Amino acid sequence: MARPAEVAKTSPALETSTPEKPAPLGGMGGPLGWADDRLGIAALGKKNLRKVFPDHWSFLLGEIALYSFIVLLLTGIFLTIWFRPSMAEVEYAGSYQLLKGVHMSEAMASTLDISFDVRGGLLVRQIHHWAALLFVAAAMAHLLRVFFTGAFRKPREINWLIGVGLLSLATIAGFTGYSLPDDLLSGTGLRFVDGLIRSIPLIGTWAEFFVFGGEFPGHVVISRLYMAHILLIPGILLGLISAHLALIVYHKHTQYPGPGRTEKNVVGYPLFPVYMAKAGGFFFVVFGVLVLMGGLMQINPIWKYGPYNPAQVTAGSQPDWYMGWVEGAVRIMPGWESHIGSTTWSWNVFLPAVALMGLFFTLLGVWPFVEAWITGDKREHHILDRPRNAATRTALGVAGMTCYAMFWISGGNDILATMFHVSLNAVTYFMRVAVFVAPVIAFIITKRICLSLQRADAEKVLHGSESGIIVRSPEGGYSEAHVPITADEAFSLTQHERAEIAVPTPNLDDRGVKTKGKRVSGLRARLAQWFLGDEIAPPTRAEIEAARHRTPTSPDLPEVEADEQRELADRH
Amino acid sequence: MRFLTRRRRSKAAKPLAILMALFAMGLLYSVASPATQSSAETASPEQIARGKAIFEQTCSSCHGLNGEGTSEGPTLIGVGSMAVDFQMGTGRMPMARPEAQAPAKPTDYSAEEIAAVAAYVQAEFGGGPQVPTSDQYSADGMTSEKLARGGELFKTNCSACHNIEGTGGALPNGKYAPSLEKTSDKHIYEAMRTGPQQMPVFAKGTLTDEDTREIIGYLQTLHAQPEQGGLHLGGLGPVGEGFWAWVLGVGGLSLVAVWLAKKGARAR
Ligand code: HEC
Ligand code: HEC
Ligand code: HEM
Repeated sequence: MARPAEVAKTSPALETSTPEKPAPLGGMGGPLGWADDRLGIAALGKKNLRKVFPDHWSFLLGEIALYSFIVLLLTGIFLTIWFRPSMAEVEYAGSYQLLKGVHMSEAMASTLDISFDVRGGLLVRQIHHWAALLFVAAAMAHLLRVFFTGAFRKPREINWLIGVGLLSLATIAGFTGYSLPDDLLSGTGLRFVDGLIRSIPLIGTWAEFFVFGGEFPGHVVISRLYMAHILLIPGILLGLISAHLALIVYHKHTQYPGPGRTEKNVVGYPLFPVYMAKAGGFFFVVFGVLVLMGGLMQINPIWKYGPYNPAQVTAGSQPDWYMGWVEGAVRIMPGWESHIGSTTWSWNVFLPAVALMGLFFTLLGVWPFVEAWITGDKREHHILDRPRNAATRTALGVAGMTCYAMFWISGGNDILATMFHVSLNAVTYFMRVAVFVAPVIAFIITKRICLSLQRADAEKVLHGSESGIIVRSPEGGYSEAHVPITADEAFSLTQHERAEIAVPTPNLDDRGVKTKGKRVSGLRARLAQWFLGDEIAPPTRAEIEAARHRTPTSPDLPEVEADEQRELADRH
Repeated sequence: MRFLTRRRRSKAAKPLAILMALFAMGLLYSVASPATQSSAETASPEQIARGKAIFEQTCSSCHGLNGEGTSEGPTLIGVGSMAVDFQMGTGRMPMARPEAQAPAKPTDYSAEEIAAVAAYVQAEFGGGPQVPTSDQYSADGMTSEKLARGGELFKTNCSACHNIEGTGGALPNGKYAPSLEKTSDKHIYEAMRTGPQQMPVFAKGTLTDEDTREIIGYLQTLHAQPEQGGLHLGGLGPVGEGFWAWVLGVGGLSLVAVWLAKKGARAR
């Protein structure tokens, strides 16, 4: 007997697929309808296209980074068509006269070919390099925006961490690209990194041999860097940027305080069409600016530097700007070194370069968690801080920027010395002190300014803003009339709350029993006092009401008659 | 030809031949050498006397009446006319005031006056390297390969101090290697041979005259060629580039962002 044919068993779970609505876009025909029937994007789009994005210029800094990344991908593809990542030695025979017959690596020769013998090659090379500088710069500016507005607070800590990863990868991407042409500056830069690697205690030499496939410079490093530069790092960057943007959509964008804005809504324009038009337009502006810079401003003229040759150096060898602060730290570091047994510990390189970079990224990474721990603030935040309203954080940020700037300036100590005709040694000694002292000064000044601004805001809410009209009383005294501010403005100025400052939990409660549950240590209480203690509380409703009754002000002061004005002034 | 052979043994033949040879030499010489050319051999007593007058008036306060040096300036014994031609020709000497390094500036002296002082120093303080002739430093008619070789020599020997584009660089203690963008062929040559201040002397054993001509040719071609790729940002390398990326890139685009964020949606 023939075996019965196998019949598919019905699985326990059943999903009937019925098209939800036959034509989501109202019976759309044509290619769009065709695509929608198969992909179902219209329903998806309908929701997301109405997503609201708040409008503020500082929210576009991240977009500058995003768009320069896209420009980098586009121009980078063009460059890969001609670049040859090989360290094999060739004799240059291209059209740049002053290097004719010079021996160089294929990488260098092909970069020269791109510059002089490929149509549009130099333009694209220069756009690519400017875009790389802008990418890191915009990411950094964006980081500062996120930091100073407190956008990293719950629930966005993970996105901040992704951001820190993006920044470090952007730096590495830039550095690997800078090294590819194998010209004198890139070789010098690689040599610098070689030094950093070797300064790592104990494993340094081994790590150098691992990276360079033997002693510096070896024969493999360019092709390895090439792999990292065009595949590995852009790949990770792409993935991280996608995650970054997905999280922004998920969390929704933050917004500045203002009327009608709460922790539960987003006020702005819908993604489609308004925001899309703005963002799309902005992409072309960024692209356009980069093309202009690439077309009009020379960058990295490798033909002047010539091929890398360990016997050659140039005055004013500097890395690209984002590595400048590390270079500066190395330049001003005293030459400390110790010898233990047969090993050499190069503190003079390890501390200012490897350890400092590690410290920088670690501090950035842990900050959201440290701040949350200090303030004890576990709430979600979707309304941004105005930087002045978080005086200590803002002051810390400015101190950090100042420290970074001091290192950065040290990286150009030779250029400063020639430009301003001062002694190189004087610049170096000055900088050794400045990297420690300047941030402290910056901290104190910034905090004072923030607190003054807070006071000025409170004053404005209570007594109105200055009208610019000086009134002279019959007795000869002068006073400036104040105009009450609008309710909207008052709302924006008072929307922030004064955070509660944690007090240390006593070890024993008043009945002498050991306290249980979450405790606040003395250290944390002191840190909280330091971090929040000086903040000026925004005026309460009662205070505002009371102030209204005490100071009679007239919103339309400019129109009042002269004698009425005197009356007004008399009442003061 | 018979005429010449016949008169060959005449009494007047020898002096005449010498005279003609001298004339030809003189003619050649005046064509080949520039007018400012001076060297101890051709220095006349008048020229030396004129140089002495200038020297005693402007230089001796620092270098001593006999070039023996003072607390204000080093000895000039054995420096030779080339050093004087370089120092005065680039406006370094006479030094205006004591400072870490005498800066180059337009010189107040005519070519004749400089030549006179140079001749005086050469003749009186013991000779040294002499003012070069143009065939030693002129880089005319060099092939690309030779220019490129000059570039390699420059990058090996000079760019550590003078920067890769010859735009100058800082040295410790307030000293600096100056920009070479406006330096004449002769002064580049003289600088290499006399090694002013912190700069090492590049003697003929290190760099032959051919090498120096290649370096000079490279520098002059580099500085004369049009800038490829747009505006030259001061030759400061990545420092200048980073500056512009921030100012024009982040700064400029932020201005656009401010404008964009201000624009509301009209039809809503
Ligand atoms: C204000 C003092 C001062 C005066 C005036 C002065 N010099 Fe000098 N000279 C110096 C000093 C200091 C140096 C060494 C430092 C330097 O070269 O910058 C020097 C260096 C030189 C050298 C280079 C020496 C070497 O070893 O290569 C020459 C040549 C020279 N002077 C020639 C002159 C002549 C010629 C004059 C007059 C036209 C003159 N100087 C006037 C102070 C002076
Ligand atoms: C150790 C550093 C150093 C090196 C290497 C060096 N120079 Fe200099 N050079 C100097 C300094 C310092 C001066 C300024 C001297 C002064 O002002 O008295 C100078 C001056 C000059 C000048 C005079 C520029 C002017 O316009 O006044 C020329 C030309 C020059 N150097 C060419 C060269 C060349 C060519 C080489 C390579 C063969 C070279 N230098 C190598 C340090 C250096
Ligand atoms: C390197 C490339 C980067 C790209 C392309 C990028 C892109 C963006 C974009 C387009 C936005 C939304 C618009 C805006 O708020 O500006 C954004 C938001 C954000 N970014 Fe980045 N970013 C990068 C790096 C960083 C860095 C270095 C950090 C911080 C360490 C960071 C942290 C954040 C956070 C926390 C938000 C949410 C801000 C909010 O909702 O207010 N990003 N990013």
